[in-house]
Amino acid sequence: MLEVRNLSVRADGKDILNGINLSIHRGEVHAIMGPNGSGKSTLAQVLAGREGYEITDGEVAYEGENLFDLDPEERAQAGIFLAFQYPVEIPGVSNLYFLRAALNAIRKTKGQDPMDAIDFLELAKKKMANLEMDSTMIERSVNAGFSGGEKKRNEIFQMSILEPKLAILDETDSGLDIDALKLVSHGVNKLRDPDRAMVVVTHYQRLLNYIVPDFVHVLAGGHIVKSGDKNLALELEEKGYGWIEEAEPTK
Amino acid sequence: MTGTGRERQHLTELWGNLMSSATDELEILTTQDYKYGFVTDVESDSAPPGLSEDIVRFISAKKNEPEFLLEWRLKAYRNWLEMKEPAWHNVHYSPIDYQSIVYYSAPKSKKDGPKSLEEVDPELLATYEKLGIPLNEQAALAGVAVDAVFDSVSVATTFKDKLSEMGVIFCSFSEAVENHPNLIQKYLGTVVPPTDNFFAALNSAVFSDGSFCYIPKGVRCPMELSTYFRINAANTGQFERTLIVADEGAYVSYLEGCTAPMRDENQLHAAVVELVALDNSQIKYSTVQNWYPGDKDGKGGIYNFVTKRGKCQGVNSKISWTQVETGSAITWKYPSCVLIGDNSVGEFYSVAVTNNRQQADTGTKMIHIGKNTSSTIISKGISAGYGQNAYRGLVKIQKGAEGARNFSQCDSMLMGDKCGAHTFPYLEVKNPTAQVEHEATTSKIGEDQIFYLNQRGITTEDAISMIVNGFCKEVFRELPMEFAVEAQKLLGVSLEGSVG
Ligand SMILES: Nc1ncnc2c1ncn2[C@@H]1O[C@H](COP(=O)(O)OP(=O)(O)OP(=O)(O)O)[C@@H](O)[C@H]1O
Ligand SMILES: [Mg+2]
Repeated sequence: MLEVRNLSVRADGKDILNGINLSIHRGEVHAIMGPNGSGKSTLAQVLAGREGYEITDGEVAYEGENLFDLDPEERAQAGIFLAFQYPVEIPGVSNLYFLRAALNAIRKTKGQDPMDAIDFLELAKKKMANLEMDSTMIERSVNAGFSGGEKKRNEIFQMSILEPKLAILDETDSGLDIDALKLVSHGVNKLRDPDRAMVVVTHYQRLLNYIVPDFVHVLAGGHIVKSGDKNLALELEEKGYGWIEEAEPTK
Repeated sequence: MTGTGRERQHLTELWGNLMSSATDELEILTTQDYKYGFVTDVESDSAPPGLSEDIVRFISAKKNEPEFLLEWRLKAYRNWLEMKEPAWHNVHYSPIDYQSIVYYSAPKSKKDGPKSLEEVDPELLATYEKLGIPLNEQAALAGVAVDAVFDSVSVATTFKDKLSEMGVIFCSFSEAVENHPNLIQKYLGTVVPPTDNFFAALNSAVFSDGSFCYIPKGVRCPMELSTYFRINAANTGQFERTLIVADEGAYVSYLEGCTAPMRDENQLHAAVVELVALDNSQIKYSTVQNWYPGDKDGKGGIYNFVTKRGKCQGVNSKISWTQVETGSAITWKYPSCVLIGDNSVGEFYSVAVTNNRQQADTGTKMIHIGKNTSSTIISKGISAGYGQNAYRGLVKIQKGAEGARNFSQCDSMLMGDKCGAHTFPYLEVKNPTAQVEHEATTSKIGEDQIFYLNQRGITTEDAISMIVNGFCKEVFRELPMEFAVEAQKLLGVSLEGSVG
């Protein structure tokens, strides 16, 4: 589904990613871990199409297509979803209006009819109940005045409505309290599907107890320095990053 | 069935549908920058260019005006001769040659003016049809009565008979002068005196038509009243007057819309609007101004120099101004409220957009005279391209205004780095019990906001329109539904191509 080959990225004259290789198939959950500033968010943003990054080398194929040929909204319409590490506030635009516009933009590319407001409201209320979100959130402006945890929950709520093919969750667990972490993980697990792939960026092994990954990768200095199964995360928890940072990049 | 939940759902859906049709419309509109730029081919009856006592007499004679009105005009004209064009505003334009302007132009008609819709020149009906304002009552927007002003004269007013059954007078200014001279004599110039300012004096001398509304005691006007202004003829100025009087306990919501053909020369629009609210009455006045803004390089466009003022004369009266200003090369206007009656309320909600070379200097004056008067000012300025946007507002609390309150909020949004936003709030407080609050913010439309919406599948064009509409929400929700939708569309079109 997603083939990242030798991807190198620079911003403001600084090399951030230096030859990333990553192969993601349907149904798989990949966890990406790594120290602060190692390039995890950069990778996520570049995959989603954020401007301001220079692709200096490598290529990315998404479902056989050159990902870089697609505008950010085309990538979203093609099923790529990014749960932001820092969700943006949009004052005056209600969650309801925004998310229905998003859903209908995506439905349109699938050749489906737009969903009307009443059906949408019903769908939204159901999904919010799953995440134990206060139903008044739907009428509030997108992320405006939301607490850190509420913003993260709102990202997963959006994902559950948009049902992407490839979901990239950038530190969705940061800022969540223990109960919210369980709820959000539960929400994510409900979306686990043989047709859907997920990339979960996190600093904490604890999240991976709830969302059990098929693969764990460690990103350091713009390389993937180690890949393994879920046990790698346990090992990291115990030993920290020091022992692998000097290691050779994996192929 | 009437539960608020159900109602809200219904509204939400309506709103949603309107919004999505607005986005579809955007695609169509973006290919044609200003879709109202066409010219109607009608024979017109015009005065020669230039201004003199003779022209003032000519206009007055054309309208068979009573003596008092001619005298009133001449006095205004003589005053105007002594006055200087104001230069304190934050706009720049080359001097206007007042002798090259045509002060009267009317589509030629065989009779004295149409008495019924059947007699209106089909060419004119077609023009309004094309502007989306069908004048045929069967096709007309339900619940909106329209007075159509074409260049200097009113060409049609719809639903007049239906309204008169309730005692509501809604007609062209000329007709009001003919049929209700007492009301005109009683109220004309009582809110904006002819000596008020340079452009008001000019208007008082040469105004040719406009709308008049009178809502009698205790009547809640059953439909929105609206005037649609259209400038058609070249080199012509439009100088209309609107006078609205709400008698005790009356309520009226009034809408004003405007467009003009695309022409390379600038055209002057100097209107005067006067509102009078007596005890316990309420006037809600909404404008969506979309005069031709000129081309990308600033050639052509309307100079929109307008004096609008409302007088809350009675106790517990209320006047609300809501304006969405997207057009004109230059906009210069300050819809104001004079709060005389105790407990009276003044409101000003404004969205002003300047793109390309457009300039706007707009705001309000809230003059608190009566006790416990309160006012609210919400101003949203959006600047794109080389646009310059200034908010200028005065809050004045007079000595006797015990317990007066004002809240002002002025937000500016910048798109790109060649445009400008300026805020000039003035405050004069002469009563120590007054409570005055002012908030101001300036923000740049964020790339991260646009990217966030893109990442959810929304195109950049729609993202901008969504962000900007969100920014203006507090103002849009004051508009009647039809107007709100129109306003959203306009905003999208005016800002087309300004980011990304
Ligand atoms: N647009 C940019 N311009 C310059 N430097 C950037 C830019 N974006 C990211 N960087 C730098 O690249 C490095 C990687 O940043 P990134 O946000 O990808 O790290 P991260 O792995 O997500 O860190 P964290 O765990 O703290 O979220 C950092 O040093 C950051 O300062
Ligand atoms: Mg990060």
